[in-house]
Amino acid sequence: MVARNPQLTAEGKLTHLLTLEGLPAPVIGEILDTANPFVSVGEREVKKVPLLRGKAIFNLFFESSTRTRTTFEIAAKRLSADVINLNIGASSTSKGETLLDTVDNLVAMNADMFVVRHAQSGAAHLIASHLAATGRPHVHVVNAGDGRHAHPSQGLLDLYTIRHYKKDFRALSVAIVGDVLHSRVARSLIHGLSTLGTPDIRVIGPATLLPTGVEALGVRRFHDMRSGLAGCDVVVMLRLQNERMRGALLPSTGEYFAHYGLTAEKLALAKADAIVMHPGPMNRGVEIESAVADGARSVILPQVTFGIAVRMAVMSIIAGN
Amino acid sequence: MGIEIRGGQVVDPASGVDRVASVFVADGRIAAVGEAPQGFRADRTIGAEGLVVAPGLVDLAARLREPGLEHKATLDSEIRAAIAGGVTSLACPPDTDPPLDEPGLVEMLRQRARFLHRAHVYPVGALTRRLEGAELAEMGELAGAGCVAFSQADRPLVDTQVLLRAMQYAATFGHRVWLRPQDAHLARGGVAHDGEVATRLGLPAIPAIAETLALATILALVRATGVRLHLCRLSSAEGVAMVRAAKAEGLAVTADVGVHHLHLCDVDVGWFDPLANFIPPLRGTRDRDALRAGVADGTIDAICSDHAPVDDDAKQLPFAEADPGATGLELLLPLTLKWAAEARVPLGQALARITSRPAGILGIEAGSLAVGAPADLVVFDPRRPWRVERGALESQGKNTPFLSLELEGRVRATLVGGAVVHERA
Repeated sequence: MVARNPQLTAEGKLTHLLTLEGLPAPVIGEILDTANPFVSVGEREVKKVPLLRGKAIFNLFFESSTRTRTTFEIAAKRLSADVINLNIGASSTSKGETLLDTVDNLVAMNADMFVVRHAQSGAAHLIASHLAATGRPHVHVVNAGDGRHAHPSQGLLDLYTIRHYKKDFRALSVAIVGDVLHSRVARSLIHGLSTLGTPDIRVIGPATLLPTGVEALGVRRFHDMRSGLAGCDVVVMLRLQNERMRGALLPSTGEYFAHYGLTAEKLALAKADAIVMHPGPMNRGVEIESAVADGARSVILPQVTFGIAVRMAVMSIIAGN
Repeated sequence: MGIEIRGGQVVDPASGVDRVASVFVADGRIAAVGEAPQGFRADRTIGAEGLVVAPGLVDLAARLREPGLEHKATLDSEIRAAIAGGVTSLACPPDTDPPLDEPGLVEMLRQRARFLHRAHVYPVGALTRRLEGAELAEMGELAGAGCVAFSQADRPLVDTQVLLRAMQYAATFGHRVWLRPQDAHLARGGVAHDGEVATRLGLPAIPAIAETLALATILALVRATGVRLHLCRLSSAEGVAMVRAAKAEGLAVTADVGVHHLHLCDVDVGWFDPLANFIPPLRGTRDRDALRAGVADGTIDAICSDHAPVDDDAKQLPFAEADPGATGLELLLPLTLKWAAEARVPLGQALARITSRPAGILGIEAGSLAVGAPADLVVFDPRRPWRVERGALESQGKNTPFLSLELEGRVRATLVGGAVVHERA
C-alpha cells in the first residue's frame, strides 16, 4: 500500500519538495546546477531576478525558527515573489484550527506555495496529499523541516557545499556526528549522499542518539569518534539540542563534548583537506570547539550563503513544473 | 417462531462439525442440526446452499464510543456494524468518557444496548478508578452490573504494587483481568514500531521490549496471584514466544491479537498514512509472521477486531497526532478468512478463533451450534468478493487501511437469539 513518492508528478517532475528519499539523482543534479548561477545573484548590486514575480509564497512555521525562515524569505524575495510570514507556533491548535484548515484558508487567499515547518514528522506530506486529494495540484509544498523526518532544503545545501569543495561524491567518506536520532538534517543528508553514490557514509554517536536500524539507510555506525573520523573527507557536526540533557540521553554537555565534540586534535584524524560542516545554529564548546568552527577547514558560513541559492533553485524549479 | 436455515455448510468449531446440513431454530435456540425435530414448523426458511452457517462471531474488543465519544460513533451505529459483520457478541473496553468504572454507567450501557438490534454487549469494566492506575475500581459492584472482565484498555498501569493488588483482589473473587502488555516508560511518546521504518520516517518509536518487559512482569504476577488473566493485542514475535512458553509451563493465560496485525506491518505506514496508526504499533514482517503462526498453533487463542471507529477530523492529522485504530467489526470475518486461506488453516479452526475460543475467554454461552445453544448465527458467503468502501460500511468510522481494497467473505444473514437481525442479498 506504499504510494508513489508524492513529491513527483506522474511525469517524474518535482512538484513539492518533501524529502530527499527517493528523489532521483538527475532531479537533485538539476537543483544543484540551477543553484549555481543564483549564488552570484546574491553578490550583485541588485539582488533580484524576476522568476517568481506575482507568486504568493507563505512561510508557514508551526515551529519557531529564525534562520531557516529568514533564508527562505530572502530566497523568495530574490526571486521577486511576495512573501507572507506566518509564525503559528502552538497558538493555532489552541484556537482549535487544524493544520489542514489553516492550509485551506491560505489556499483560499490564493497561495502558490507553502514553505512549511512543523514539529510532527510527516506534516508536509499530509499537506501535499491533502492538496492532491482536493484537486489543487498547482499549489506547491516545500518542507522546511518536519519533526525528525526530513529537512530536504538543508540536505540539498549540504550536498551543494560538498560538491563545491569535493566534486565527486563517488569517492567520498562522509562522517555525520552527534544526535542522529532526532535529526532531520542527518536523515536528509544521508538519503541525498546515497542517491549520489557516496560509498562511505558514517554516523557517529552514543547508542542513545543513533536510531534503531540506522544501517538500513546505508550508513556505518560508530560509537568511537576517533575511529569514525579516520580518513574521512567531510565532517558534518549536528546540533545538540539543550533538551537532550533531560530524558537520560546524555549525562552532561561536558561529557558529550569530551566524547563527541569536534576538536582540532580529533579533526587531525580526518584527511588533511577534510571540510567541516554544521547546519547551525552552533553550540560552541558542546559539539564543536571555536578553533575548529572558525578554522580554515570550516565551511559553515559558505553553507549559509549556498543555502539561499539552493532554496531559490528549489522554489523556481517547483513553481516552473 | 421456527426458522430453517436450509442446506448450508454447517461449521461448528466447538464440536468440530463441518458438513452440509440444515439448522433448525425454535424459541431462540438451536433446535436441531440435520433432521427437523418432531413437530417443527418453519415460519421462515433461509436458503443457505453454497453458504457457510456458523456460530455468530464473538469479538473481544469493540469500542462503541458510548458514553462520551458520540462524535466518533454511537451504540446504534456500531451495533449495526456488528451484526452486519456477523458479530453477535462483543466485549467493549472501558475507555469511554467517562470510563466504565461506575456500575450505573455499565447498567445504562447494557440497557441501551439491549434495545438496539440485539447484538449482545459485554462491558469490560475499568480495573482502576478512572483508569488512572492508582485505586481499584469497584470490581464486585461492576461485575454485578454486568462487567465480564476488568482492564485498563490502552491506559498504562505503571505502579506494579497497584497491579499486584488488583490481581490479588480480582483473584479473590474470581474476576477476570485483561491486560495489554506494554511498559509505559518504554512506550512513552512512541507511535511506531522501533525499526527501520520509524528510523527512516523519523517517527518516535516503541521497541518490542516494551511488550516483553511488561509480559515478564504480568506473567510473574499471574504466577504469584493465580488470577485468571487474558493478554490483549500481542504485537511482537518475542511476545508470542513468551506466551507460548508460559502456556507450555502450564500457566492458565489466554491471549488475543488484533486482526489488522495479522495482515499489516510497519512498512504499510508508507508515507505517514494515519490509517496505519495502531495501538500497539504495527511491527515488522517477522513479528507479523510470528503472530500468524501463534494464532495457527493456538498460542494466541482469539482474533479480535479491536474495532476503533475514528472520525475523519481525528485521522486527517500528522501521523503521531492522529487517533489510532481502525474500524473493524465488518472486517473481522473477511480478514480472518483471508488469514486462514493464506495460512492454509481449515475453516473450522479459523472460525474457532472468532467464535468458540473468545466465548470461552468471556465465559459466556455463545460460539456454539449445539442443540439448545442460543441461536446466535451467521450465514456467510466465504468467496463473495466485496470492495471495502465508505458506503459499504455500517460503522460510523470509515477509517481502515483496507479502504478501496477487495476482500472475500460477505455476511448474508445474522441471527441473534433466534431472530434475523441482519440480512443482505
